Amino acid sequence: MSAEATSAKGGPASAGTPALKASLRRAERKKRRGAFLLTLPLLLFITVMFLIPLLGMFWLSVANTTMTSYMPQTVKELSTWDGKDLPPEAAYAAVASDLKVAFKNHTFGRVAKRLNEESPGAFGLINKTTFRTARLRTPPASWKDEFVKIDKTWGEKPIWTLLKRESSVITSDFYVAAIDMQYSPEGKLERVPAYARIYIPLFIRTAWMSALITFLTLLLGYPLAYWISRLPEAKANLMMIAVLLPFWTSLLVRITAWIVLLQSHGVINSILVGSGAVADTARPQLINNSLGTVIVMTQVLLPFMVLPLYSVMKSIPDSYVRAAISMGAHPWRAFWRVFAPLTASGVGAGVLLVFILSIGYYITPELVGGQNGQFISNRIAYNVQQSLNWGLAAALGTILTAVTLILFLLYGYITGNRKVSIT
Amino acid sequence: MKKDDENGALPVTRRDLLALGASTAGLVSLSALGSLVGARRAMAAGTTMNLTSWGGAYQASQINAYEKPYTKKTGIEFNNIEKSGNGPALLTAQEQSGNISWDIVDLLQADANRLYEQGMVQEIVWNKDLDPAPDGTPAWDDFTAGSLSGGDDKSGGFVSTISYNTMFGYNKKAFPNGGPQSIKDVYDVAKFPGKRGCEKIPAGNLEWALYADGVAKDKIYDVLSTPAGVDRAFKKLDQLKPHVVWWSQGAQPPQMLAQGDVTISSAYNGRIFNAIAADNQPFDFIWDGGLYEWDGWVVPAGLPADRLKRAMDFLRFSTSTKSLIEQARYIAYSPARKSSFAQMADLTFASNPKIKMMDYMPTSPEHLKHSIAKSAAFWTNYGPQLSQRFSAWLAS
Repeated sequence: MSAEATSAKGGPASAGTPALKASLRRAERKKRRGAFLLTLPLLLFITVMFLIPLLGMFWLSVANTTMTSYMPQTVKELSTWDGKDLPPEAAYAAVASDLKVAFKNHTFGRVAKRLNEESPGAFGLINKTTFRTARLRTPPASWKDEFVKIDKTWGEKPIWTLLKRESSVITSDFYVAAIDMQYSPEGKLERVPAYARIYIPLFIRTAWMSALITFLTLLLGYPLAYWISRLPEAKANLMMIAVLLPFWTSLLVRITAWIVLLQSHGVINSILVGSGAVADTARPQLINNSLGTVIVMTQVLLPFMVLPLYSVMKSIPDSYVRAAISMGAHPWRAFWRVFAPLTASGVGAGVLLVFILSIGYYITPELVGGQNGQFISNRIAYNVQQSLNWGLAAALGTILTAVTLILFLLYGYITGNRKVSIT
Repeated sequence: MKKDDENGALPVTRRDLLALGASTAGLVSLSALGSLVGARRAMAAGTTMNLTSWGGAYQASQINAYEKPYTKKTGIEFNNIEKSGNGPALLTAQEQSGNISWDIVDLLQADANRLYEQGMVQEIVWNKDLDPAPDGTPAWDDFTAGSLSGGDDKSGGFVSTISYNTMFGYNKKAFPNGGPQSIKDVYDVAKFPGKRGCEKIPAGNLEWALYADGVAKDKIYDVLSTPAGVDRAFKKLDQLKPHVVWWSQGAQPPQMLAQGDVTISSAYNGRIFNAIAADNQPFDFIWDGGLYEWDGWVVPAGLPADRLKRAMDFLRFSTSTKSLIEQARYIAYSPARKSSFAQMADLTFASNPKIKMMDYMPTSPEHLKHSIAKSAAFWTNYGPQLSQRFSAWLAS
């Protein structure tokens, strides 16, 4: 097909006069414009539904407008504070005045929530301080003394270091938290205590489990695709339907079916116990752990491996391998040296497809992953829905998107140069 | 052939990338979605109220006790949404998109207070917006102390309707010689064998760990506020961890108990009650250490005047002494008003007159002696931090 295209383009150009060339170019331009107009709806759709939300997510992961919006005087006062000693009385007065306004507008909770994300306990401190200052009838002689009386935290530096750090509109806080780091009370970067490290281990687990799932789909999918591609057409179509039927079935239905099969009083365990292979008290745990995630996701993602493999294998004529064998190659050698290299692009597409789908998977790990089969996406969902720390969720999402993009570019680079080979 | 390969591979990977990007960017489109849903609902809002609650037997009790009588009285219909589990996130998304689609929302006290402090729920003046008791006692004095919250004794954002317990229950069939009676027994795997069902969140588990470790009920949150106390709680939880099956949906514990996956499980008391009363399951409660907290209404801030008026009218109706006592016929959650609770003595279950509701109420004087009051303030402050540690602990 590619040869045909080149000759069609090459033919008229070599034979044409300048006038003909110009009119041809015009026609080409018009055609191109038409083609572009046709893709315009898609372009618009991608921009609105994909690019803008992506940019929005990136903005959320660095945006930190709470302090500047609701504590403007404090931000102004602290901009000149050197951070060495406690800030001057004016800073205390600024906080008091900001909190008074925030109390009236019911916005102090937003300040409290944002600060609490960085320093647990700040929620209570801000609320207490707000209620106490709002109740004061006359301003005290010294706001500093009054604040220290409300809570002695105000007489120490860490809270002020925190307020100053949060005064900036752009923050790296969420990325810091997303790689299991934190700021010490003195404002230094450090790793969080070992017992609270969660995101890095989760990224690593997501990656290696996705790799394992990809490997398993390849292991199962390659022979299957090969077999189907060598079947007569009628039978091959039937088998393709068998592959595609689960693909068309609702994901939730398939997961529920797996739960029925794998649970501790489910079909598989009942057969094992019933046949006497396993004692009733020693039922193997097949679900609600990482094993469950691997089993179910391998099945769910299998069609994404089989389809690209099949489409490539179908285009490889039988005669290639036969020729190799007739020239004296062992069938095994003929497969490795002739057939397998020709399927490399299909393997690459399938592996990339399954791996990228895996690292972003959410619903399967959520339902069958238990405690050690969860992926990073489950933690992103937790931060969106439960802890309402959207900045952190956005930072995690941006990291995940970046990893995906890098993999995608890597793949394009490798296959684009056609250097990939599995021999 | 080269060209074919690329055509075969590229569109799929691109589509995949799209799907991936869309899922990770879901939080951003959340607000967009909120506005879409909002626009559609707003058109139909003429005589329909969007009421958001927890689903299940609980929302059914609200439908029977509040909504049906209210529709009969006013003609206003209800669109029941079962999204309170993600209520704070979805309300925040609606607020950010500027299109509030919910009219009244059932939330836990800690979440409601936090939203009120962020200006996202309507201010309610207790004695003006809520009816007095039948004997004329003003609302502020009639509601149990602590059940009207968010602000002060004049106004605030949260009106409790019920209190419920998160507590342990067990299957009597598993323990023919008498079941566990205390949290200490729950931790005693030798004496009471079998798996334990526990909720996959730190709240509750940490309190019970300290209680089982010998901390007095009224000192639990003091201990838990210190790093050493948190370490102590997790150390105690380590003992139970090998025996735990974790649950995340309220409907799971009764199922796990019935199927024999666990012999003892934490659960919401109403779910165990319904399994006993409606499904005749051989379950029983461990009242010791029951953790009770308030649950009730908020009205989102920023509703248009007509919808606000309707929501406030329904709020007044559904929190009256009569409505609250009516609800207690359908589910074993304690009404927040003293005047409602006073009528509890002879109240029986709506679908089985043999069952006396008082025996199952979390805040009956008999049960209150054994209970722990869950601290909303503590979990507001330390929830995110402890949740992270809890998740790391689970995975380790």
